[in-house]
Amino acid sequence: MTLPPLADRAIVVGARAADWREAVRLAGDALVDSGCTTAEYTEAMIRMVDDHGPYIVIAPGLALAHARPGADVRCEGLSVVTLAEPVEFGHAHNDPVRVVIGLAGVAPDAHLASVAALANAFNDSSAIAAVAAATTRDQVRAILQGRSGA
Amino acid sequence: MKIVTICGAGIGSSGILKVNAERVLQRLGLTASVVAADIASVGTVAADAQVILTSAEFVEAIGPTRADVIVIENYFDTEELSRKIEAAIG
Repeated sequence: MTLPPLADRAIVVGARAADWREAVRLAGDALVDSGCTTAEYTEAMIRMVDDHGPYIVIAPGLALAHARPGADVRCEGLSVVTLAEPVEFGHAHNDPVRVVIGLAGVAPDAHLASVAALANAFNDSSAIAAVAAATTRDQVRAILQGRSGA
Repeated sequence: MKIVTICGAGIGSSGILKVNAERVLQRLGLTASVVAADIASVGTVAADAQVILTSAEFVEAIGPTRADVIVIENYFDTEELSRKIEAAIG
């Protein structure tokens, strides 16, 4: 189970974000730039945190920005944003965040293959720090697609 | 045995929890169906569940339930999941 190819436009390395909203917006913009979502999906991802709190910070240093499948999702998509300076989301255990993954799915089931591949990559406890430290898109791709040792 | 993973959208983070919970169950030799759901549908989806896996943010919103509500801090840490699932149902 490997991730689908990550387009250049879906990866932003060493970005700067003033706060968590900006960080999530960068991940949303990368999905929009990849042609997978509309700007409304980005706003929906931010609303998730406004409504439910910083639960999207699912591991130390990593936020998984996402919202419901809907008309604002054109295709299944994934984006990766690494932050030059970490950002606080207000999470009790997993702050600060250095890597934001943006995830868009057309339907909950179609989604699961990508989610399983993401789990594969990040069940390696060194993967988040490695992605955060990556300086090129190819390095990010290699870590997420399980080729970090190659 | 039914386990429900809960997040805001019912995909994404609850999907990660579902995938990793299934991996852990297999390793522990336990059989359970694992369903990912959003917080709005927890009342119906989790009505017959023994365990609910979620983040601290959703505990209050889940409300009264007969299921064990287990808070997971690191969704990618299968050791944490394994320890907490085993304590609940092992």
